[in-house]
Amino acid sequence: MSQWIEISALDAIPQRGARLVKTPLGCVAVFRTATDEVYALDNACPHKGGPLADGIVHGTQVTCPLHNWVISLETGMAQGADEGQVATYRAKVTDGRIYLDTEFLQHRAVA
Amino acid sequence: MTQNLIIIGAGMATGRALEHLLDNNADVNVTLFNAEPRGNYNRIMLSPVLAGEKTYDDIETHTAQWYSDNNVTCRFGEKVTSINRAERSITAENGEVLFYDKLLLGTGSNPFMIPLPGHELEGVIAYRDLEDTERMMGLGPDNKCVVIGGGLLGLEAAAGMAARGVDVTVVHIMGHLMERQLDEAAGYLLRKALVDKGITVKCSANSSEILGEDGHVKALRLDDGTELPCDLLVMAVGIRPNVALAADSDLAVGRGIHVDDHMVTSDADILAVGECVEHNGAIFGLVAPLYDQAKVAASTLMGQEAQFVQKELSTKLKVTGCDLFSAGDFAEGEGREDIVFRDPARGVYRRLVIANNQVIGVVMYGDTADSNWFFGLIRDKVDITDMRDTLIFGPAFQGGTPSDPLLAVAALPRDAEICGCNGICKGQIEDAIAAGASDLNAIKSTTKASASCGTCTGLVEQVLAVTLGDDFVVPAAASICGCTDMTHEDVRRMIKSQSLKSMPAVWQECGWKTSCGCHICRPALNYYLLSDWPLDYLDDPQSRFVNERKHANIQKDGTFSVVPRMWGGITTPDELRAIADAADKFEVPTVKVTGGQRIDLLGVKGEDLPEIWSDLNKAGMVSGHAYSKGLRTVKTCVGTDHCRFGTQDSTGLGIKLEKILWGSWTPHKLKLAVSGCPRNCAEATCKDIGIVCVDSGFQISIGGAAGMDVRETQPLCQVPTEEDVIEVVKAVTQSYRENAKYLDRIYKWMAKVGLEWIQEQINDRDTRAALAARFDLSQTVYRKDPWAQHVAKDDAYHPLTDLALEAAE
Ligand code: SRM
Ligand SMILES: Cc1cc2nc3c(=O)[nH]c(=O)nc-3n(C[C@H](O)[C@H](O)[C@H](O)COP(=O)(O)OP(=O)(O)OC[C@H]3O[C@@H](n4cnc5c(N)ncnc54)[C@H](O)[C@@H]3O)c2cc1C
Ligand code: SF4
Ligand code: FES
Repeated sequence: MSQWIEISALDAIPQRGARLVKTPLGCVAVFRTATDEVYALDNACPHKGGPLADGIVHGTQVTCPLHNWVISLETGMAQGADEGQVATYRAKVTDGRIYLDTEFLQHRAVA
Repeated sequence: MTQNLIIIGAGMATGRALEHLLDNNADVNVTLFNAEPRGNYNRIMLSPVLAGEKTYDDIETHTAQWYSDNNVTCRFGEKVTSINRAERSITAENGEVLFYDKLLLGTGSNPFMIPLPGHELEGVIAYRDLEDTERMMGLGPDNKCVVIGGGLLGLEAAAGMAARGVDVTVVHIMGHLMERQLDEAAGYLLRKALVDKGITVKCSANSSEILGEDGHVKALRLDDGTELPCDLLVMAVGIRPNVALAADSDLAVGRGIHVDDHMVTSDADILAVGECVEHNGAIFGLVAPLYDQAKVAASTLMGQEAQFVQKELSTKLKVTGCDLFSAGDFAEGEGREDIVFRDPARGVYRRLVIANNQVIGVVMYGDTADSNWFFGLIRDKVDITDMRDTLIFGPAFQGGTPSDPLLAVAALPRDAEICGCNGICKGQIEDAIAAGASDLNAIKSTTKASASCGTCTGLVEQVLAVTLGDDFVVPAAASICGCTDMTHEDVRRMIKSQSLKSMPAVWQECGWKTSCGCHICRPALNYYLLSDWPLDYLDDPQSRFVNERKHANIQKDGTFSVVPRMWGGITTPDELRAIADAADKFEVPTVKVTGGQRIDLLGVKGEDLPEIWSDLNKAGMVSGHAYSKGLRTVKTCVGTDHCRFGTQDSTGLGIKLEKILWGSWTPHKLKLAVSGCPRNCAEATCKDIGIVCVDSGFQISIGGAAGMDVRETQPLCQVPTEEDVIEVVKAVTQSYRENAKYLDRIYKWMAKVGLEWIQEQINDRDTRAALAARFDLSQTVYRKDPWAQHVAKDDAYHPLTDLALEAAE
């Protein structure tokens, strides 16, 4: 069973942008695409831990600000020749507000 | 069960094997010994390092970070002194004993030193590693060097040192250079080319003794009595597989360490790869087969079946500035025929050796474009009877088609090898292109082709051209990125001529292939739009690199650096106090004086940025734009205010210029300096725009740089008054903004449009005034402090929510 926790208004994040959610186990980056989908990923690039929330968002991908790895927002997988994956968490938008599945807090506790 | 794998030698072969193991998540615990005090680097690129074209950092394959990320225990600078096979252990130089489940030997080769009298003198070296290279790099134009050996290595050493101005003599025992790869005619052409570079070449020369003085080499004496004085003597006469360790532990050893098809030695728990091995009687000295071996060894270690198969080898040589190729067997002999082509005017020579209607050898000099096609004929044992008459002219002349260099590449079969170093075939490149790779860099990163020694770069580009057809834009005019086929120039023309004033308009009218661009094109488009339509277009922070979005420089740990402006490098006790207070309050770990005459606060947390800016704003300071593709600094010297030589108020002019230009966005960063006299203490002549004050006025010059390229500025004009300087600087800056490609510094733009064109614009008073006016207009929008603006809307810098706190509550 999913238990959704409300995070904020959708408009708090710019289109093609991201903001952070602090958790007891580090930051999760919440992304908003040009078409208002939202995605939640660990804010640490699989390459060298770069802050993905500071990257440039294009389509459903983000380019890490440190060394330009391109990460899929949908799967967390590094694209192209680079290899690595970052954890993704369930997120949704309802009535203009962003929700995360609280399961992610537990998952992170295990990880 | 995790296996303990000990690797002896961190060279090119074991490095590649390690990559295969890690890529496949092999369950191994790796300890890596290397006698050299560093890990794996691209040894073949030592020659460009020697010639000054690259640095060690460019050729380091695996960094310390890589090893630690991959949990490889590094024992660099430590030799392994013995192997105890019975108890499966090795002993390190310091006496420590380590146990292994599997052992991988990759000890490489030892350079062979001819035991001439005097060979132990200081200053007699080989050419094998970074230390040797650095010894050679230590020589300057006043030094002399003798190289013994006219093979590949010796000539690369000679060419590299000659490029540094060293007086080099090559001594070669055979009648012509590189006799194992080249025939006499090609050897002659090569010799001529080297002599043209100022290198002295002595063939058929036999060395007899190395002479010394105070223990240091002084000269080489030949057996005809000639003495060749030298400060350094490089012996590059061959290599011998380094088998000592294996032989001492009674492994089967011939010329090299014996290995089977799985790279296993005579001991089932010990494998070997690289130049130290002997496989079916052959030893190896080029990286291509070593990489194959590495792959096989990794598979064997992971319990997978794989076999090493020797392939026909060709040599494409990269002696600086000489195009050479040889493959197969080109000795003369019974039943063999030659076909030779010479074009003395172009310095071109080609020779094919034919036996039984097959090409068995080829030597090319001067024009090696068709080399892969010929190599394919040898490898595939093609019957050439039908094309014999035109064979020598290459693939373009087969089948009556007109000459076109691309046809040669088009004619190659899919399994034709393009990148010898990494064993990448044409088919793999075609597949990468089909999967979306559309330029050289994309091919490099997806296949590794042309990522090692680089000699195949041209070929890779031709495969791109053949495969993509009209879609392939020659590299000089490459498309902006994978999102579009258009070049920067085309897009800029479209933006102006079609009055495109938003990003979606550009994407639509220029046929973007992606929904909303990417991290490469969006920053460029954002710049073009705001530069061309300052009043209509609204800057898009989401299309900016984080530094320009957050107005601070991101650091490798995700924190930021903060650099306030210090106009013209002038500060006050109050400003310094405010900086010191901010540093204390925000626990700034590092405070540094930059190369741009101001102070950098490094290590500020992203969340603290608005607050620290607010504090600095209160003390009257604004953003220094140390992060921007825009005006950075205007360096100044003390000028007439204090200096006994100053001719004008350089400090005052610098401050004026900085106050006028700050906040403006430019294609790349823009740095200025004003020096008070030609002593040039502000280093004005290596800035994008430099001003040197003289008695009669101001010399303005442009196009300097001191980063990855070092450039001296070129004189633009001389003007009598400060007002003129200001107008000229605005006009040049505006012309640069309107015309240059995104990420071109002024010197690169100048190389494209020419200094004369810029001078015409500036010297024409109307054009100059119009440019300056457009600059002023744009500045009405952008000459604002972004810090103050962001302090007012600091939300973006804070987290959306803090679940850690909520949980606690
Ligand atoms: C802080 C500073 C080094 C220092 O401690 O002195 C510095 C730091 C950086 N430089 Fe620099 N450069 C600094 C002066 C220089 C200078 C010297 C100068 O300006 O007189 C040069 C050579 C002059 C020149 O530009 O021609 C210089 C040539 C570069 C280059 C090479 C540019 C080129 O076109 O070749 C880069 C890379 C780039 O811009 O793409 C670069 C890039 C960088 C970056 C932004 C790298 C990055 O992307 O993270 C560094 C940011 C560090 C940080 O987080 O603060 N930095 N950099 C200097 C800041 C000056 C200032 O007050 O704004
Ligand atoms: C200047 C130069 C240019 C070259 N150009 C080309 C080229 O253009 N094309 C090409 O194909 N090839 C070229 N080569 C050859 C190529 O570099 C070698 O074939 C390749 O590096 C061999 O790899 P390896 O792993 O077998 O040995 P290496 O790369 O030599 O690595 C062996 C390592 O083992 C270490 N070692 C040895 N004994 C011990 C021990 N007992 N304990 C611990 N460590 C030990 C050594 O210190 C060394 O670092 C060039 C070589 C040089 C020197
Ligand atoms: S030279 Fe510049 S870019 Fe390079 S490490 Fe130093 S500050 Fe960073
Ligand atoms: S840390 Fe993300 S690309 Fe290097």
